Amino acid sequence: MLITGVFILLTLFSFIVFIVRGSLKYFLSLFILSAGIIITSVWSLSVLSDNKTVELTLQLPVLQHSLSLVIDRISAFFILVVNITVPVGFLYARGYLKQYSKTKTPLHFSIHYFSYIWLYLSMILVVMIRNGVAFLIAWEMMAVSSFLLVIFDAEDRLIMKTGISYLIQMHVGMFFILVAFLIVEKESGLMSFDALPEYFSKHSNIILFLLFFIGFGIKAGFVPMHTWLPRAHPAAPSHVSGIMSGVMIKMGIYGIVRILISLQNDLLPIGLIILGVSVISALYGVMMAIVQHDLKQLLAYHSIENIGIIGIGLGLGIIGIAEGNHVLSILGFSGGLLHVLNHSLFKSLLFFNAGSVYLATHTRNIEELGGLMKKMPWTAALFLTGSLAICGLPPFNGFISEYLIAIGMFKSLSAADLNQAIVLLSAITGLILTGGLAVFCFTKAFGIVFLGQPRSEKASFAHEADTIMILPELITIIFILLIGLASPLFVRPVIDMAAAAFNLTDSVPASATSLISLSHISILSGIFVVIVTLLLVYRYFHLQRRIVTTGSVWGCGYTASSPKQQYTATSYAYNYNHLAKPLLGTQKIMEEMEEGEIFPGERDFKSFSEDVFRTRVIDIPVDRISGLLKKIAVMQTGEIRHYILYAFVFILLVLLLTFFNLI
Amino acid sequence: MAVIILIIITALFFPGIILRIKSIASGRKGPGVLQPMKEIAILFRKGSVFGDTSGIIFRISPAISLSAVVCAMMVLPFGNLKAVISFEGDFIFFSYILALGKFFSIIGALDTGSSFEGMGANRETFFSMLIEPAFFILLATFAMFTGHTSFSDIFAGFHISSDHFILIYSILAVYIIIQIAVVENSRVPVDDPKTHLELTMIHEVMILDNSGFDKALIHIGSYLKFAVFGTLLYNVVVPAGINTILQIALFFSIQFVFALTIGLVESFRARNKMNKNPKFILTISAVAWIAFVLILIMTNKLT
Repeated sequence: MLITGVFILLTLFSFIVFIVRGSLKYFLSLFILSAGIIITSVWSLSVLSDNKTVELTLQLPVLQHSLSLVIDRISAFFILVVNITVPVGFLYARGYLKQYSKTKTPLHFSIHYFSYIWLYLSMILVVMIRNGVAFLIAWEMMAVSSFLLVIFDAEDRLIMKTGISYLIQMHVGMFFILVAFLIVEKESGLMSFDALPEYFSKHSNIILFLLFFIGFGIKAGFVPMHTWLPRAHPAAPSHVSGIMSGVMIKMGIYGIVRILISLQNDLLPIGLIILGVSVISALYGVMMAIVQHDLKQLLAYHSIENIGIIGIGLGLGIIGIAEGNHVLSILGFSGGLLHVLNHSLFKSLLFFNAGSVYLATHTRNIEELGGLMKKMPWTAALFLTGSLAICGLPPFNGFISEYLIAIGMFKSLSAADLNQAIVLLSAITGLILTGGLAVFCFTKAFGIVFLGQPRSEKASFAHEADTIMILPELITIIFILLIGLASPLFVRPVIDMAAAAFNLTDSVPASATSLISLSHISILSGIFVVIVTLLLVYRYFHLQRRIVTTGSVWGCGYTASSPKQQYTATSYAYNYNHLAKPLLGTQKIMEEMEEGEIFPGERDFKSFSEDVFRTRVIDIPVDRISGLLKKIAVMQTGEIRHYILYAFVFILLVLLLTFFNLI
Repeated sequence: MAVIILIIITALFFPGIILRIKSIASGRKGPGVLQPMKEIAILFRKGSVFGDTSGIIFRISPAISLSAVVCAMMVLPFGNLKAVISFEGDFIFFSYILALGKFFSIIGALDTGSSFEGMGANRETFFSMLIEPAFFILLATFAMFTGHTSFSDIFAGFHISSDHFILIYSILAVYIIIQIAVVENSRVPVDDPKTHLELTMIHEVMILDNSGFDKALIHIGSYLKFAVFGTLLYNVVVPAGINTILQIALFFSIQFVFALTIGLVESFRARNKMNKNPKFILTISAVAWIAFVLILIMTNKLT
């Protein structure tokens, strides 16, 4: 009860941010956040270690009903995911927001910090609340506070527009969740996650699942519900994009997991739906990412890819339960959930460093960057670590979760029948191709941004990010390396958690071999690190005894080489583009050379690719509807007599209809 | 450990044999079998020249790429002997650690800021991305057929079947592995490493600026890679459980035949046009799917 009181007090405290002055605002917010983080982490860790459920009852005077907050293992896991990345983001924000100190008023900062605290609190509440109405309120708080965070730079009309479109899409998602909850309430009289198992045992599962899946999927960013992601992330300040992409979209995953736990039948079609949508999300996300020129938009598309990978894990888990293949289930679920943690780590890291690059160069266009590694070595090293991790390469954390998902599929192949084998092999192909494309994408992103020579003046005057921005990111790095190198420590609790949540505890021993495999991976990764270190040390001493000189880079006899001749992001993706053209709709704008043009003048070349889903699913229908509505707007004349006429016609209509007993 | 020693011994002679075969086929006297090793020894003795635009990534990437290949060797079995470290899904690790090595060699090339190396880097990553599914589909069929998920167990259980289809399947598997090796090492028909430097389109163009120690590491890495894929071939072709000395003899003969094949292909076949390569590589994945259907038939799943 005491802790609950403290918790409520903290939420009230957040309003004081508006009153205090100067940097006190920041430190007060930091204090509130860290208090919240400590309290919730203690709860979650105790839940995870003792295998019990913490239940808190909030008795608020304004509400007639008491609100119970339940932390089971799934909630605890998601709370910990939130608790790692949110403070890092806030510490990073201290340095990142300095650039705005002259242009923004203290009120701006107050609103920003306040929204940040409330985004955190709402995420924590979302994973703890079971009651439907309260859940939707917390869900709404999350949408509004993140909206306020996104439009920090609202002087820019485009950002304001993006923010509003984000808010609208979030409410479309909320509408689906609301409808789903209302259906549950109508049938079972209770509007809560706890009522779902009962509902699912009596009714068809697919329709309600689909409603929830669309609602939560919009938040998570599954294709084709992803359209808000690539717009909102670049618009937001970098620490906010990091938090949104790293943590907030995982709330959608949380919702889906909650629904999956409650499912009772129709598991196979549901699993196949999730798997299919996820494979498409993974492939489409990374394919779009490769052709982006905006660094943050590239990362945003990568979030879609990673959500897809998480979804592949979850889908396999459900298929495994449906087919009685519990090892596949456990490996799928734990791989997917571990990827939730992993993605929150490396994606936030990448966004923070993309922010540092933006801060140093004032551009996010990859084509204008280059050679930043020499100017910003720390940022580059952090970005490189994030890139390697997101590509799923050992010895980093991304590999562990992708390995778990993949090994589950490979192990299930021998016992699979024809259909299962085809599904599994298609999923394997999708997952592997995604990994390959991710390598393609991040060699491009890292190589073009940080290596070679600066491609513009903006990049050549870059400077290293502030130490206070780099230091907090080391926390993330530590987790990335720990999960990569000592994976069994993290995978065991995740397996236990997944097994407990889906009632698969009997099959945990069967998946123990995977833990042994993981320890072998740790050993091999250790050996790899040792070999690399030894080789590099030997190389150092070897070169000490040799003559080492510098010379110009090989230019094939051409001496006047300039940075402009370097490979660009567009040229790097050229052959890929050629292959993927039908899917991506890449377009070029250029002026062809005329015949007989001896001294060609200046020319521009532009290439861009449009998101097929965005134009087809969002833009075109919205245009159609608004066109239709404009036609109806003819009735809006502004003359009062017309409006009286409308009212008269309406009343007449009602009278007539009642007369004929039609209403 | 035996397999590592065998791979290293193979790697000593492998490139030399390819060179010899090419020179014999073209009617030249040609260098000796150990010429590539002599060149590596020379490289070790030499100093280094670094491009003025290249930074730390360029300097550390060869060492990391080589370490990745060495690590990948550790999960390979040899006949009766298990791999140094064998675990479920070790082939996933195998492929991903090689991808890590490739990642570094690619960004190492991009670090020079030279357009040639950017070109090579781009193609290397593009083609290896396309070949990745073929490798995994092949291993999925192995896993489905044998019921195991580690190299050691897969190859131990591979030759137990008495089904006649296994012969066709083995031929397909051998074909796929050779093609993967060709793509991974950028040899003919994907790329011709022996053309004039700028005309070499993939791997060799990426390492134009490397010199001395680093270049030696890169060469060692690519020779080892050949031997690694040769070892995979050996494991597909030769059943486990025969006499160890015979096995070693067979191991070297298969590696020799592998080198012979590559040498002969390079002597008598032209390089693909660069924009034909994606088709060529995707065909390998298609063949891997055919192998998958074969396994479906063999395991009575497709009836």
